[in-house]
Amino acid sequence: MDDLLPNGAWHYFNGGLLIGAGIGLVYLLTGRIAGVSSFLTAAQSWWSGRPVFHTARVLEERTWKGTLICGLILGALAHTLISGSTFVTSVQWWRLFAGGLLVGLGTRVARGCTSGHGICGNASFAAPSLAATAVFMAVAIVTAQIVSAIGVAP
Amino acid sequence: MKVRGLPVIFAGGVLFGAGLAISKMVEQEVVLAFLQLRDLGLAMTMGAALLVAIPIYQLAPRLRPAPPLGPVWDRHPRRVTRRHVLGSALFGVGWGLSGICPGSTIASLGTGNWPILAAVAGMLAGAWAQGVLLPESTEPRVSAAAP
Repeated sequence: MDDLLPNGAWHYFNGGLLIGAGIGLVYLLTGRIAGVSSFLTAAQSWWSGRPVFHTARVLEERTWKGTLICGLILGALAHTLISGSTFVTSVQWWRLFAGGLLVGLGTRVARGCTSGHGICGNASFAAPSLAATAVFMAVAIVTAQIVSAIGVAP
Repeated sequence: MKVRGLPVIFAGGVLFGAGLAISKMVEQEVVLAFLQLRDLGLAMTMGAALLVAIPIYQLAPRLRPAPPLGPVWDRHPRRVTRRHVLGSALFGVGWGLSGICPGSTIASLGTGNWPILAAVAGMLAGAWAQGVLLPESTEPRVSAAAP
């Protein structure tokens, strides 16, 4: 298995346990599903007056998912400060932006992402999340192979 | 609208963000290494997260009629629709192209990864486009002035 885990396994596993603990804590005590993509919609209410971004549900999500997101950034920041190493990606700007557009559009059409469907929905054994996960995993892997094959790196 | 349990939600977010950083999911290169099938770490991370999340999501609603700090146990939809499949395909293309997904990208801001702002801008623009061009047809139009 050395080939498939060239950078070791434990940090992946331990980090995953913490991710599950964070998401699980939120559900256990508040009953809320801690998926991230809906915050992308809720944030629109700050600059758009369109009714679709001002439903009661969206505004409520702005409050609590906004709180979740603050925690997300602080948690990563805490690790950065404790470990002493920052990270800067070398993925090109155009890929980040174009990828972001597709991710923002796609996750909101699908009503979830790697956290909302991949962890929360699958933990509930919800069929839409199982289907969504299978699709986005397969498509992402094929896309990444193609991008890599045509010489775009990393 | 009063949301209970905000400190818990914040604490959960901190654990979630720390986990993303420890597992290096905040590094787009690591995610791309998985999607290019060179390093299966991401699968281990998801598996470990599910190991913890599954018992909680399965047992909690069966053991208590309501959560301690919330109105109800939120439920996932149970019917697979075209939106789930087509939206996920679009998401997959974006993820495979860039190694970007909403949670890890936002958390990545905490690592000093300033180029990721381009991805954040893209995601916000994409989400705007969904709301305007492909809104949910059943989204209720409720006044923002709810008590």
